[in-house]
Amino acid sequence: MPSNQLPVAEAPAEARKVHAALTRSSTGKEDLRELEAGLDSLQSDSIRKVRIDWSRILLPVAALAVLIILWQLYVSLGFKRRDVVPGPLDVIGQVGILWGEGKLQEAVWTSLQRGVVGFLISVVIATPVGLVLAQVAPLRRAFGPLISGLQVLPSVAWVPAAILWFGITDATVYFVVFMGAIPSIINGLISGVDQIPPQYRSVGKVLGASRLQLALQIILPAALPGYLGGLKQGWAFSWRSLMAAEIIAVGGTIGFGLGSMLDQGRVLSDMTIVMSAILLILAVGILIELLVFAPVEKRLLRRRGLLAGSTR
Amino acid sequence: MPVVLEHLGKRFGAGAPVLDDVNATIGQGEFVALLGASGCGKSTLLNIMAGLEAPTSGALEVPSDGAAFMFQDAALFPWLTARENIELALKLRGVGKSDRRVRAGELLDLVHLGGAGDKRPHELSGGMRQRVSLARSLAQDRQLLLMDEPFAALDAITRDLLHDELERIWKETGRTIVFVTHNVREAVRLGQRVLLLSSRPGRVVREWHVSEEHRTDAGLAGQLTGEITTRLREEIRRHAK
Repeated sequence: MPSNQLPVAEAPAEARKVHAALTRSSTGKEDLRELEAGLDSLQSDSIRKVRIDWSRILLPVAALAVLIILWQLYVSLGFKRRDVVPGPLDVIGQVGILWGEGKLQEAVWTSLQRGVVGFLISVVIATPVGLVLAQVAPLRRAFGPLISGLQVLPSVAWVPAAILWFGITDATVYFVVFMGAIPSIINGLISGVDQIPPQYRSVGKVLGASRLQLALQIILPAALPGYLGGLKQGWAFSWRSLMAAEIIAVGGTIGFGLGSMLDQGRVLSDMTIVMSAILLILAVGILIELLVFAPVEKRLLRRRGLLAGSTR
Repeated sequence: MPVVLEHLGKRFGAGAPVLDDVNATIGQGEFVALLGASGCGKSTLLNIMAGLEAPTSGALEVPSDGAAFMFQDAALFPWLTARENIELALKLRGVGKSDRRVRAGELLDLVHLGGAGDKRPHELSGGMRQRVSLARSLAQDRQLLLMDEPFAALDAITRDLLHDELERIWKETGRTIVFVTHNVREAVRLGQRVLLLSSRPGRVVREWHVSEEHRTDAGLAGQLTGEITTRLREEIRRHAK
C-alpha cells in the first residue's frame, strides 16, 4: 500500500521550480488546496447579472404596429371593397362583438382544450415509441422510413377517413391531431438521440447503468434539446391539424372551435369573422410559443451553456 | 494481483492486429503508467480492461466488480450539476438517496471543489471539470481505476497541479491505477512503474521502475525521462521505412 508520507519539502526549492513537471511541485495538502482555489478563480468567469432586455419586448411590438399601420393605409387607399378587405378597426370591432356574444371565448376554449389534450396524449404515446425506435436498430430500420413518411403526409388527408370511421364526433378531431403530432414527436426524439455524443453511452456503461437506466437517466436527458424541438413541431402540427379538422368536420356532436368559427365566416360571407378567426388562431400559436416553449427552451439551453452568442 | 494480462491480442475485422501478445501484471495499489506513441493501442488496451471491448485472443484477469474509468475529456453530463454528476455514479451503483448526498459532498471535498458542487460543467474550467470527473470515477468505488490521458487537454500549470492532486488522492485511497499517456514526463512523474508499448502492433517492450528518489530529485527524474524518451524514439523510428 502506498501510504508512506514523505517529507516533500526537503528538495531544494530552486530545482523544484525548474523541473516542476518532473517532481512534486507543491509543498503539501494545504498548499495544493490554496493553489487550486487560486487557479479555479482565475479560470472561472465571474457571474453576469441578468437584466430585462427591453428590446426583446419593444422590437416585436413595433414590428406589429408597423404591419397594422400598413394594413390600414392599404385599406384607406380604397383599391378593394371594404367587405372584401376589411381594415384593422373593422376586425377589432368584430372581435368585440364576438366577445360580447361569448362566441370568441367558447371557440378559443374549445379549440385550445382539444389541442392541448390531443397534444399531451400524443406526447405520452410518442415518447416511449420514439425511445424504443431510437435504441433498437432493427425496429428503427423497419419503421423509420414509415414514420418519416407520416411526418410529410399532411394530416388533413386523414379527415375524410376519420369522418367515415368515427362520424362527426370529437374522436375524428383527436384522431387527426394524433396523426399530425405523433410522427413529429417521434422524429424529434430520434434525431435528438442520434446527436448524443457516443461518449455519454460509454460513460453510462462504465458507471454500470442497465439498459433501462441508460435510456431513462442518460439517453433521454441527453436528447432533450432535440426532443423539445420535436415537441414544438408536434404542437404546431396538432394545432394545424385541429384547425383543418374543425373547418372540414362541422356539425354533429363536434363543439364550436376556432376552425368552426372560420367556416361560419365563410358561410356567412363575413370577411371580418374570417379575419378575426385567422388572427385568433395565430395569436394562440404565438402565445403558446412565448409562454410555454420559449421559456422552457431558453432554460434548457442556458443550463447546458448553449446560449452564449446566440441571437435569441 | 488485481490485473493480469496474458498474451492479449486485438484486431479489428481483418486488419493488422492493434495489440499483439501483451503481457503485464499489475499489483494491488500499484500506480502504473502505460506509455506509447500515437496508434500503439493504449486506449484499446484500456477499453479491454474496462470491459468496453473484448480481446480477440489471450486472457485477462481483472477484478470481478469491474473498473472505474476516467476519460480524456471530462465527459460530464451537461444537464447535471457537478454534485449531481457524482450522485448519478453513486445512484447507478445502488447507493441510497441520503448516503448519496453525503458521499458526493465528501468526494467534492477530496478534489478540493467543496464550493463548486452546484455549478454546471460549462461553468467550470477544464481543470475543475477533470477533478469532478476524477471524483465521479472515485464514486464508483472500484479498486481498479483506469485513466485514459485524463490531463492531455489541460494547460501546463493546471496539469502540474493535478499531478500532485492525483498522487495525493492515490495515496489517500489506495487505488490501483493504470494511467495511459503519451507524455514521458507525465509517466515518470506519476507512475511507480512505466510500461512502454510499441506501435503497430502494440506490445509491452520495456519497463522501468520509478523510485521515491525520482519524485524529489529533479536530476534523477530528468535522467530517467531522457532514457525513456530515447527508447520511445527508437520505437517510433522503426516505422520510418
